[in-house]
Amino acid sequence: MLRKTLLAGAVAAAMVASAAHAETLRWTRSADGLTLDPHSQNEGPTHALNHQIFDTLVYQDMDVEYQPGLATEWYVHEDDPHVWVFKIREGVTFHEGQALTADDVVFSLNRARHENADMRGLLTSIKEVRAADDTTVHVETHDPNPLLPNNFTNLFIMSRAWAEEHGVEEPQNYAAGEETYAVRNANGTGPFRVVSREPDVRTVLERNDDYWGIDHYPMEISELIFTPIESAATRVAALLSGEVDLLQETPVQDIERLGNAPGLKNEQGAENRTIFLGMDLGSAELRTADTDDNPFADRRVREAIDLAVDQSTIQVAVMRGNSQPAGMIAPPFVNGYSEELDAVLPADIGRAQELMAEAGYGDGFRVTLQCPNDRYVNDEQICQAVVSMLARIGITVDLVAQTRSLHFAELAREEYDFYMLGWGVPTMDSEYVFNYLYHTKAGDRGSWNFTGYSDERVDELTVAMGQETDIEARNAMIEEAWQIVHDEIVYIPIHHQMLTWSMRDDIDFKVQSENTPHFKYLKFND
Amino acid sequence: MLAFLIQRVLQAIFVMFVVALISFSLFHYVGDPVLNMLGQEATEADRAALRAQLGLDQPVVVQFWQFIVNAAQFEFGISYRSARSVSDLILERLPATLELAIISAIFAVVMGIVLGIYTAIQRGSWLSKFIMTASLIGVSLPTFLIGILLIYLFAVELGWLPAFGRGQVVDLGWWNTGLLTASGLRSLILPAITLGLFQLTLIMRLVRAEMLEVLRTDYIKFARARGLSKRVVNLRHALKNTLIPVITIIGLQLGTIIAFAIITETVFQWPGVGALFITAVRFVDVPVMAAYLMMIALVFVVINLVVDLLYYAVDPRLRVQGGAK
Amino acid sequence: MSQDVQRTDASPVAAKPPGALRTFLASDIVYSWKRQPVVILATLVTLTMFAGALFAPWIAPQNPFDPIELELIDAFSPPLTTSDFTGNFYLLGSDSQGRDVFSAILYGSRISLLVGFAAVLFALALGTALGLMAGFRGGWRDALIMRIADVQLTFPSILMALLIFGVIRGFLPRSMHAEVAIIVLIVAIGLSDWVQYARAVRGATMVEKGKEYVQAARVIGLPDHRILFQHILPNVMRPVLVIGTIGLALAIIAEATLSFLGVGMPATQPSLGTLIRVGQDYMFSGEWWILLFPGVALLLLALSVNLLGDWLRDVLNPKLR
Repeated sequence: MLRKTLLAGAVAAAMVASAAHAETLRWTRSADGLTLDPHSQNEGPTHALNHQIFDTLVYQDMDVEYQPGLATEWYVHEDDPHVWVFKIREGVTFHEGQALTADDVVFSLNRARHENADMRGLLTSIKEVRAADDTTVHVETHDPNPLLPNNFTNLFIMSRAWAEEHGVEEPQNYAAGEETYAVRNANGTGPFRVVSREPDVRTVLERNDDYWGIDHYPMEISELIFTPIESAATRVAALLSGEVDLLQETPVQDIERLGNAPGLKNEQGAENRTIFLGMDLGSAELRTADTDDNPFADRRVREAIDLAVDQSTIQVAVMRGNSQPAGMIAPPFVNGYSEELDAVLPADIGRAQELMAEAGYGDGFRVTLQCPNDRYVNDEQICQAVVSMLARIGITVDLVAQTRSLHFAELAREEYDFYMLGWGVPTMDSEYVFNYLYHTKAGDRGSWNFTGYSDERVDELTVAMGQETDIEARNAMIEEAWQIVHDEIVYIPIHHQMLTWSMRDDIDFKVQSENTPHFKYLKFND
Repeated sequence: MLAFLIQRVLQAIFVMFVVALISFSLFHYVGDPVLNMLGQEATEADRAALRAQLGLDQPVVVQFWQFIVNAAQFEFGISYRSARSVSDLILERLPATLELAIISAIFAVVMGIVLGIYTAIQRGSWLSKFIMTASLIGVSLPTFLIGILLIYLFAVELGWLPAFGRGQVVDLGWWNTGLLTASGLRSLILPAITLGLFQLTLIMRLVRAEMLEVLRTDYIKFARARGLSKRVVNLRHALKNTLIPVITIIGLQLGTIIAFAIITETVFQWPGVGALFITAVRFVDVPVMAAYLMMIALVFVVINLVVDLLYYAVDPRLRVQGGAK
Repeated sequence: MSQDVQRTDASPVAAKPPGALRTFLASDIVYSWKRQPVVILATLVTLTMFAGALFAPWIAPQNPFDPIELELIDAFSPPLTTSDFTGNFYLLGSDSQGRDVFSAILYGSRISLLVGFAAVLFALALGTALGLMAGFRGGWRDALIMRIADVQLTFPSILMALLIFGVIRGFLPRSMHAEVAIIVLIVAIGLSDWVQYARAVRGATMVEKGKEYVQAARVIGLPDHRILFQHILPNVMRPVLVIGTIGLALAIIAEATLSFLGVGMPATQPSLGTLIRVGQDYMFSGEWWILLFPGVALLLLALSVNLLGDWLRDVLNPKLR
């Protein structure tokens, strides 16, 4: 209590704009961030939490426009197209008081390139990061990379001194179940600082009154309490009964009720995320199938699956209209999107059965489908629907639905034959998709390509996209690559997700298509 | 006396030993901890190194001894799921479970005794009959259905009480409590009722049966004949004699409450050890399962021991027989 | 009186001459049954639900476990509606996958009852065998079995079931979990519940062992197993049956609870507990039938089996009256 009074005094003294607002915002969604270590995981809920605590050089605001964060300006070096120059904001301090220098930025970018870091996939083009002076960072790439800053929107900046003090110079090795100091403690430069954190239960953040942007942003929330609630019904009950103020992922079945509830409202928009199914098409034999070969290796089988999966019915019945059926793994606002490729194949069971028979699987086969049950909107429901759709062409699917941390860890260990995944494109460019999902899994590239798919031409194009500076030529490469993977049916796209956030109706806050709320923008209508 | 005490303590130790053996076997035979901790990309050398580091290359007996030594220091390793120290996880969540269990035990005991007395004394009244019928439904209803029903009624339709969690929690450093804030207390009501209802009906029926039994004895009839008021007879004479067996049952039920908290915690998203355990079972998180098992066993053994000793203190007949069962 | 009761144990009543039937109808059991309307009602409900579960494949319009039969386009049909798309009629509505709730309840109670009966039988067989051995042989076997029983009795059975469940699942690869879920449930619930039977049988065996007819059998040199199975076993079965009737209700609730906690039957083969867990998501969205009907079905089943168990215990065990 005493502490709160003191804090309020400090706020009043320091800030005139925010002094009127000692508002607490209670925020919920289905899943907690996996870790506070900002470079260990490249995952939505983890980034969403860390964005409140840390800053990035560049970030995407609530309209997904690129905005200066800790970098005030960035440009390609006048003399060397291989080098990007970032001017670092001056006078910024970390929550624990250290001053931000170019050296911290160099340290953070290098830390994110460590082999434990899931973020390294975004930084494959980087050759070297160096501090030119105290406020300038040079990032040298192997080849000229016109879109490099787009890759920095989830790259959080840590303090080198803090990391060294606590022995967390290396990112947490998540797959190995490592726990480090950085997993539960964070020292960022962001708009909120961590007061307490109980993973999966409750994270309390308070406004950072020394924030460099305190005059630029509304910053009306003085205390931000994040409570993940696993059960959809409980989440909705909590909002209805006023125990939380903002619900980030409204279950589709409850959108209508929450929209009509007095004192509440929905904000909706398209999300930058596509849900799809992946198959191991590279192995000689599947782990869970009852065949001694690999049916997925046959393109006809993949086409049959594509024909059997009825995206439109999933949209109507499972998503209640809150999705857009998809034919490619890139939502409309991504560079390289093509309406033609995104068109959904109408379901055709007869043709699918013919294809199965042609491929020699007329009697079907049995395989296990792995799904998360707390990551995407109605993920388990979609998978159940797929089970029933594939049963119609003779494929008996055993469904395993489990929590996302297990799902992703096992996926990363390449233990899956058939799985669900969702993919967002924070860089707004197709190269990101090819780099992670289609390039042969080797080195830093193809790190989320668990299909075993490997195509020389696609690899070539993927690498070339990162280097081509001529926009037209580059777009042609993207188009060609999309056509190849589309014809090969590497993945079975389901839909682009739509987002609904429900909140108290005195809150002024729009959805952000990355599903990453920046609470520094949130305003209360008095 | 001493022989009885020693026998009971020895038995308690035996129980703990068996439970430790089970927990250890969990560790040892369910899944490969090394595979769980290292990814598939790890080399054989990495595995061997970790095996040595965890002491898994030692003879089984040595490992078991090490396990007991660690367990005695409340050291259970790292959770496979959340990559955190198991003892931290449990200690962090223990206050939530204990507060819930104790409050619902108090609720069950107080209400159980009051209703039990009432239904015994006012045997014929319609209210008694109603309470008895309702209690039968209470026993038959699975705990989770009761919880859902209460949430629907009081949180959703009426909007009176919170539907989940502990509300505002005050951190006392060594303990975090929800008992000091209004929202914490409000959050406690529904889960406590859900958890306590089953015990309540049990205690109520027991008190009623014992009370009826006592009321039939000559000694009560005699007291009545002496012209003592009904209230004095009922409360002073009858109740006192009723409570002895009731107390022992209540002691035993306390442990059951902690175990049943698993279900209540799941329904109400109560951040206690029960919810932790159920997630551990779902994800085969062996260290958490083993630690929870040991912890619950300890609680039960201690309660049993205390109840036995209480019984011994209360019932003089046991002393004569020298503690034989 | 005990004679009458014993005759009812000899099962196929109808096959006996009319005399026996008449004796049965005049017996205590029937007398007590006829006098309690609640018990009559409970019997009717139980029989209806048993029949529904038993004949589910013939009664249910749909096999809710077969993914081919689910019509996704019919998802969330309200009760008493006919689908515009497929023409299917949904008596109690359909769930998020187009699963007919009525069929799901029939098949779900089938699982509840199957798991309930199998778990009770398993516990009963195991407990009786161990109890007989402990009571008849005595010595170190008795000490060992009873110590284990003591340890297990320290824990509530739902916790034991959860633990056993967790252990068995740890041994099996994850893709097998759905396939063997029902067997794992039976074993877990059965194993968590054998102690009561063992204790009762052991006590009764020790009493029977001292009786003259057993002594006589020993004197004439009958082998142990004949004495055990032909003489002692029939005489210790009554307490076992009493525990078993109550045990059935408990086992049904245990299965529902485990499935509700998400560690029992998977969503693709829902039992009543699973249906309730899934239905919870639709508590606010207006699709009340997905939660309500399975909840009511479970309540009716548990309550009526419990009532019958209570009543049977009272009738079979005059001491408790």
